[in-house]
Amino acid sequence: MVLGFIEHVGGAPTSLSLELLTMARRLAQRMGVPLEALVIGGSGASASGILASYGVSVVHVADDERLSAYAPAAWAHTMVQLVEAAHPAVVIGTGSDRGAEVMAHVAARLRLPLAANCTEVIPGNPFLVTRQRWGGSLLEEARLKGAVKLLTVAPHAVTVEADATATDIEVETKRPSLEDKDFRVTVVPQVEADTGKVSLAQARVVVGGGRGVGSAEGFQALEELASLLGGAVGCSRAVTSLGWRPHADQVGQTGMRIAPDLYIACGISGAIQHMVGCRAAKHILAINTDKEAPIVAQADYAVIGDVKAVVTAVTSEIRRLKPS
Amino acid sequence: MSATPTQAKVVVIGAGIVGNSLAYHLARLGWKDIVLIDKGPLPNPGGSTGHASNFIFLTDHSKEMTLFTLDSVKQYQDLGVFTQSGGIEVARTQERVEELKRRMASSKSWGIDSELLTPAQVKELVPFINEEIILGGFSTPGIGTVDSLRGGTLMREKAQAMGALTVLPLTEVSGIEVDRGRVRAVRTSKGDIQADTVVISSGIWSPRIARMAGASIPLSPAVHQMISVGPVPLFADTVGEIKYPIIRDMDVNGYERQHGSDMEVGSYDHRPILWDPENIPSIEQAKLSPTELPFTKEDFDESLEHALELMPEILGNPKIGIRHAINGLLSLTPDGFPLLGETSEVRGLWSVTAIWIKEAPGIARAVAEWMTQGVSEIDASGSDIARFYDHQKTKAHIDARCAEGFNKTYGIVHPREQWASNRNVRLSPFYQREQELGAVFFETAGWERPNWYESNRTLLKEYGDRVMPRRYEWEARWWSPIINAEHLAMRDRVGMVDLSAFAVFDVTGPGALGYMQKMCVVQMNVPAGRVVYTSLLNPAGGIKADLTVMRLGEHHFRVVTGGMDGMRDKKWFTDHLPEDGSAQLSDLTSSWATLGVWGPRARDLVQSVTSADMSNAGFPFGTCRAIAIGPVRVIASRISYVGELGWEIYVPFEEGARVWDQLWDAGQRHGVAPVGIGVYATTGRLEKCYRAYGNELEQEFNLVECGLARPQVKKEDFVGKEAYLKQRAEPAAITLCTLTIDDNISKSGFKRYPQGREPIMTPNGRPLVDRHGRRSYITSAGSGPSVGKTILMSYLPPEHAKVGTKFCVEYFGEQYAATVAVVGPTPIFDPENTRVKS
Amino acid sequence: MNVLVCIKRVPATGGHIALTPDGQNIDTRYLGFTISPHEECAVEEAVRLIEKHGGSSTVLTLGPEVATEQLRDAMALGMDRAVLLETDGREWDPVATTDAIVAAIERDRAAGRDYDLLLFGNESADSAGYQVGVRVAAALDLPCVTGIKALEIREGKAAVRRQTESGWETSEVTVPAVLTVKEGINLPRYPSLPGRLKAKKKEIERSRPQWVDGGLEKVRLSLPVQAAHTVEMLGQNGDVGPQVVELFRRLRLL
Repeated sequence: MVLGFIEHVGGAPTSLSLELLTMARRLAQRMGVPLEALVIGGSGASASGILASYGVSVVHVADDERLSAYAPAAWAHTMVQLVEAAHPAVVIGTGSDRGAEVMAHVAARLRLPLAANCTEVIPGNPFLVTRQRWGGSLLEEARLKGAVKLLTVAPHAVTVEADATATDIEVETKRPSLEDKDFRVTVVPQVEADTGKVSLAQARVVVGGGRGVGSAEGFQALEELASLLGGAVGCSRAVTSLGWRPHADQVGQTGMRIAPDLYIACGISGAIQHMVGCRAAKHILAINTDKEAPIVAQADYAVIGDVKAVVTAVTSEIRRLKPS
Repeated sequence: MSATPTQAKVVVIGAGIVGNSLAYHLARLGWKDIVLIDKGPLPNPGGSTGHASNFIFLTDHSKEMTLFTLDSVKQYQDLGVFTQSGGIEVARTQERVEELKRRMASSKSWGIDSELLTPAQVKELVPFINEEIILGGFSTPGIGTVDSLRGGTLMREKAQAMGALTVLPLTEVSGIEVDRGRVRAVRTSKGDIQADTVVISSGIWSPRIARMAGASIPLSPAVHQMISVGPVPLFADTVGEIKYPIIRDMDVNGYERQHGSDMEVGSYDHRPILWDPENIPSIEQAKLSPTELPFTKEDFDESLEHALELMPEILGNPKIGIRHAINGLLSLTPDGFPLLGETSEVRGLWSVTAIWIKEAPGIARAVAEWMTQGVSEIDASGSDIARFYDHQKTKAHIDARCAEGFNKTYGIVHPREQWASNRNVRLSPFYQREQELGAVFFETAGWERPNWYESNRTLLKEYGDRVMPRRYEWEARWWSPIINAEHLAMRDRVGMVDLSAFAVFDVTGPGALGYMQKMCVVQMNVPAGRVVYTSLLNPAGGIKADLTVMRLGEHHFRVVTGGMDGMRDKKWFTDHLPEDGSAQLSDLTSSWATLGVWGPRARDLVQSVTSADMSNAGFPFGTCRAIAIGPVRVIASRISYVGELGWEIYVPFEEGARVWDQLWDAGQRHGVAPVGIGVYATTGRLEKCYRAYGNELEQEFNLVECGLARPQVKKEDFVGKEAYLKQRAEPAAITLCTLTIDDNISKSGFKRYPQGREPIMTPNGRPLVDRHGRRSYITSAGSGPSVGKTILMSYLPPEHAKVGTKFCVEYFGEQYAATVAVVGPTPIFDPENTRVKS
Repeated sequence: MNVLVCIKRVPATGGHIALTPDGQNIDTRYLGFTISPHEECAVEEAVRLIEKHGGSSTVLTLGPEVATEQLRDAMALGMDRAVLLETDGREWDPVATTDAIVAAIERDRAAGRDYDLLLFGNESADSAGYQVGVRVAAALDLPCVTGIKALEIREGKAAVRRQTESGWETSEVTVPAVLTVKEGINLPRYPSLPGRLKAKKKEIERSRPQWVDGGLEKVRLSLPVQAAHTVEMLGQNGDVGPQVVELFRRLRLL
């Protein structure tokens, strides 16, 4: 059996979980074994319809009111109990923060190896995975050992696909047996007050600035463009290190990963650390003085020139067209 | 983006400060169709210019480098990219305090305003310096920083505005086409460009580019470490990039230079880290740029400690951090000088490489003039890439000397200092014998030449104080009183001098005479068997070379020139060979060893080993011919650079030892002494007021000024004749004079001896400047044991060039009175030349 | 308090990654090395904690001898003590790494040095396993929070915050605890000259842990295949307003 660890919001699986299911189903089919899923929280049962359409034959619902808040160790303990009871051949989590954290706890408890951020799995002996390093700038082919193969799926590596042949799904609800120790860490969500600003994660357009913007003040022009487009401003790691922008604006391997419709990269050279964060953008427009900068080669559109001059020209053109 | 032209007048490869400056100066001098290419993007293609610390100290002991620097500063100022900050070299040791006095003298020689400061005075200018660990400073207010990227951009744009320049960034050279020894085209990633002139200004990549054409540019990329520390609270309110003087911490090979809110600390103190030009990372491979390599911290730690000692207030602040650190690549050369001019291997292929920011525009102007008119206003001979012999272009030599030279960047380098690495490359056939006689070898162009012989130590007793012993270590360094004893022994008896380092070229063929006439100032149509001393001029009438020519037959001339100048002279001769092939030049340097035998008993000695008639009538001065010494046939040439009766004896290399032995054995009866180059090049020649190339003779002086103009000018045409005739028609702007020091006693009570290049001034300390702006300085200095005086040579403006006029010479901060002994070429010793002609 | 920070030496990459011909490693001939970015912030956090609360900080790494460079870097920033778990240079997987670190911590404990906080990076820049901190916590039976971007110590507890897509979550754990840090928790300082010089002279404690087969074995590395695409040049400098606005229209952003 291949077991998928499904994250959901009120019974709706997250998009990364659907990516996971797509990969897990293909793997299960290849191995000739059923695909089952674990959801945590009573509301998870309502996910069964969607899960069925992705080829899940059994959904294990862990129901315990103490699990309603995220408690990584408790969630992992729940999973471990299922693994020990159902003996899956493979357990797959998502590459989200929680997926990675829970799977790490599971691996630690079971003392089994865990391959993070896999893009491809070839079952058999040896059991081969391809996984991302350097935020996906590099791929590693690795042998994964262990009685149960544990892995997470790299975000956005798989295109979601439902199962045309999906049939019935069985829902098994169980109350795991948990200890107080499992709840040493619980988290309390803290919803940010709505600032009225479009968040970097949600924006359709992100205007990113790099060292080439020249100064903290130089970002004013980028802010203007972003607001005209209803977008948000991001920046490179170099800019954060220089103290020009807060880290929350940082796009990259160690910052935010974004997937806007358009990413406008201003004065950003395109170091891999940065590209990892904006690779999922549908389109990239590079504005750079250096035609040979790596960003230009990876962009869909480019303007060669000084950031300030170009951005100012663009904003005044927008203003000219829609004066308001 | 410009399209790639298929043809150009000149292609300049490399758009750093050098390439940009050169493109501008070529355009200014009327060149059209200039193409400037670089594999990197503009304005910073990733070469050494992009990470340079961009400060300019003015004073160098080398006149050539100083003049290039001064011209560069002027150009940077005109472009508006120079910021004057002042700069101070500080001393931590007494030895450095003395060196700073010597630098002060160089400042005066080359006309730079500088002054020596006490530690307290340094502290006034640089309030954050720890004055307790310094003993003094050498301050030059005219020092400053430049924006070299902007300067380069402005020059490039000027050339473009003149319609003379096409710029092709992101264009990589893949090959250079050479046909029959001439460059024809440059192959690039954007297409081929036909051009008969190609300039390599590619910095550390230059060896790689040159190799594509089969030429050699002997430089090595080397690491110079730099860090940037900040933010410095004291610099918070600095407007612009620099407010405080730049400090060079000479004794620890480091510098500290304000850059905005940061302090840049750089070092030449770490181990030499050379890079093979083939292993420089590509733009893609490099994180920052190909010339900014990852910083290797442990190499810099000692420099950190030194910097911290000097500026604890700033650099010891735990709140300021190392924000940037690189191992920057720059170019080193085997002798520390740039590599300028057309390569010896390929006509039309020029090198303008191994150049620092401080001298780049000046050098670019000089090379542009050189490319346009054949000469430059500032003489670039010391940097001429043609100076290298083949062995000096090997990786072994380049690596050895670049590594050895690196830590001398801020060193106290004695003018006679010898290289330690890669010695014993060229050995004369007499080498074994010389070693047995305790020769102390100095190197010239790879040759090991005895400078004096320890076996002559016994002569010291014979001559007592006449050897003019030196008490001060500095002037006794790389020197021995034995030199002066050998000098006296030669003047009293006879000496044997190994001159095998001479470069020897034979010119043959039916057109040989016509060709030699064209090359030489002096009449070459002399009977076979005559030896002639002649100058060679450049088209502007500057002195290009001086050498001797033996006419050995109707169509056969033998040119003999100094080892130092050999390869430069060879290129000059080769470049002018007739295109119809009627004259050929062959380099016989490795075929002929040379032994000088001079002194009052030279005739007795030589006559005793040959049956040839060596009498004055049978073998007059200025003649040469083949004679037999025992079983060896040699060519004897009766001339002298030391002012004595005698011969230069040219012997086939492999038979040399035999001739040495015969003369040595026979010489015992005549009191023969082995005599070193210390006598030949300094004491002997100075007493005779013979000029030396590179000291008195340079391209920026002419024959009238140096006193080598003959009464008549031959009717045949020769290179530089027109200019020479004009020079003769005008009064000389400056005249080469010989002076002697009145009293060598310093304030310490002991005698001191200037070494050359010191400033010479009026008795009240005013500098002497001729009508072209040239300053007077000591071109050569040395002992004259036979006249018992220290002899100096200097060009003096005509109003001062009078026998008996008094001047003062500054040496280590003290003034010494000197008097003009001779104006013009008349020797101090034996002015009638009776000895030579006896 | 006593704080342990576990760091990793990683190459400082630029715009491109190149591999060695055998595909086993990144070609680092022209690269410098650095402390993996999240861990750089963990070091900074530890230094600030000790500055505020007193105590002592230890930095530990598993790696070859040359990784002492990163230990000294950390000490230059203010870490007090350094431990090198020396390897022969090959990669250790997360299980093997965990075993070596746990053994070192237990050795310290036996010698009377207990840690109140054990800081890790959330994941290393290079191999990015996302698990060593969690595994160490499990082995030592300590609570663990990953990916923290804010930390405050009060009354024996660590109050932490982590960022989610929609905002923040907070958590509070009793120390001793394991925390894995994400960049952004602070802005790390640069090393000062005295810091670097002091670090240079400090002792580094060394041991050679036994390698174990942790079950994740690298076969080879490869670069992802880039879909061939062309860049549309919209123009140069200040005259491109209309072209860029036209693009915005095409993408239905205006």
